[in-house]
Amino acid sequence: MEDFWAGVLWAMEIWLYLIIGLIMIPAMFGFSLGISETYMTILVKTLEWATLKLQKAKADEKTLKNSASNGDRPKPSEGGDFTLSDCFYFTRKGIESIVEDEVTQRFTSEELVSWNLLTRTNNDFQYISLRLTLVYGLGIFIRYCILTPLRITLAFIGLTWLVIGTSAVGLLPNWRMKSWLSEWVHVICYRICARGLSATIHYHNPENKPKKGGICVANHTSPIDVVILCNDGCYAMVGQVHRGLMGILQRAMVRSCPHVWFERAEMKDRHLVTKRLKDHVNDKTKLPILIFPEGTCINNTSVMMFKKGSFEIGATIYPVAIKYDPKFGDAFWNSSKYSMVSYLLRMMTSWALVCNVWYLPAMHQKEEEDAVQFANRVKSAIARQGGLVDLQWDGGLKRAKVKDSFKEQQQKQYSSMVVGDDSSSNSD
Amino acid sequence: MGSRASTLLREEEIEEIKKETGFSHSQITRLYSRFTSLDKGENGTLSREDFQRIPELAINPLGDRIINAFFPEGEDQVNFRGFMRTLAHFRPIEDNEKSKNAAVSEPLNSRTNKLLFAFRLYDLDRDDKISRDELLQVLRMMVGVNISDDQLGSIADRTIQEADTNGDNSISFNEFIKVLEKVDVEQKMSIRFLH
Repeated sequence: MEDFWAGVLWAMEIWLYLIIGLIMIPAMFGFSLGISETYMTILVKTLEWATLKLQKAKADEKTLKNSASNGDRPKPSEGGDFTLSDCFYFTRKGIESIVEDEVTQRFTSEELVSWNLLTRTNNDFQYISLRLTLVYGLGIFIRYCILTPLRITLAFIGLTWLVIGTSAVGLLPNWRMKSWLSEWVHVICYRICARGLSATIHYHNPENKPKKGGICVANHTSPIDVVILCNDGCYAMVGQVHRGLMGILQRAMVRSCPHVWFERAEMKDRHLVTKRLKDHVNDKTKLPILIFPEGTCINNTSVMMFKKGSFEIGATIYPVAIKYDPKFGDAFWNSSKYSMVSYLLRMMTSWALVCNVWYLPAMHQKEEEDAVQFANRVKSAIARQGGLVDLQWDGGLKRAKVKDSFKEQQQKQYSSMVVGDDSSSNSD
Repeated sequence: MGSRASTLLREEEIEEIKKETGFSHSQITRLYSRFTSLDKGENGTLSREDFQRIPELAINPLGDRIINAFFPEGEDQVNFRGFMRTLAHFRPIEDNEKSKNAAVSEPLNSRTNKLLFAFRLYDLDRDDKISRDELLQVLRMMVGVNISDDQLGSIADRTIQEADTNGDNSISFNEFIKVLEKVDVEQKMSIRFLH
């Protein structure tokens, strides 16, 4: 019996040494041993093979893409009197939005083109071949029995490191060394966490990386966005004070590095928020602020309305586009369905996290632009670069109802068609 | 290994819906997963609020009327079967369906049924007649506050005059069909359903 326990202890020790040797040390100094690259190559090959198999099985099933619906307005452009058939246009639009709409589907997981050997994707999968099923089973074993324990250990080490490291750095006096050390501690933590998610991140155009005294804005898919971006440099975070696990992390982080956390009540005071952000930006020694102006997580197929707050400060804006590869796992955090911890567990049982990060050239507000127009311009730039759909809708619709003014706009548009532009309705 | 959507929907149920609505198997499972994602109460039925949560529908001037078409009189829940039945009105008419004679029973997506759907949008009290008052109310929904009462009134009068053949100052379904005789209803009241 004693031998058994000695054996277990010995195995644990080896396990720990392996983690430290193969993952921790490379993470600290930012190099890679090529293990994850090999894993990724195997993974890509396997998924390609599975896709091929699936396509064979589905060869007869054709998919029709939704073409632009016939006629984009209720009446021809020359207008005309009301006819009873005018309701057809609105009816068709309405039914189309019931079958498929632009907004609510952005708050649910993206639909995949081909199955990625994960059970949770919505694709309608049936038994296809014995070999595919075997590979699927093997995949489950690897993901749950080998990768997941490893990733959990890593995440645990990473977060502990963050709490202890930042607290220790926080105790140091304010020398030049301190900010350097703090940055180092942060980056190590994020690198370990990224390895805990088997993240493969491709950074493009590093010459446009956000610089101090600016604001970095990015599209938002999940809290992991922060880990992704911070792997390549540190940012000052802005956000609400959370409770629980997030709260502990936030409090530890703020000790070593000036993040901007707000209490819930303070968040409502727009002037206070703007002022604190302004102060931060004007201090050129502080890290660039990282903001997700959509204000909510979106499933990485589109970019929704940017809240104008961060564009009113007048600082240089560094847009960043983040696009995850849905083949390897769904990075979207559906916060109304999953808690933070269960989301992280799903991420850790996925294949990997592959993503592209594009640093876009810095943008400044033009003289004739107001904050809203500027926000839209930045949003379009991000959408174009990331290959995302550029939507005008407010991400807040995830929880709130749509404003009546949008309906009034539709009515106004229609009215001007019916009565012509000579009536009271031509104010636009 | 099947998706969640198809495991909850029984095969025989799919067959029945297929027969009733003419949708294909994959269309039904696709629409079922849409149905479940709209069903926030997770009770297998949709309420009016579930529909109103779709922003594009909420801003549609006739949104409330369209939503109403999903609910049989006096009910405020619709199940998947009923949901599909209403959607089936908007299935495009396929070539092989045109030639078939309507001996068995008229398909939900026939020209007449499409027109009936539109007729009921106007017929608020479901008495099979569109009165001047009903027409005014629907017109008001479509134009909002942008057109004066007088102007809207004369639009309603003119519309009824043009359609009304028996002089009862309202539009019956037959009169409605007559007025829209030349309109390409088949196309205008159809949408693409993904396979």
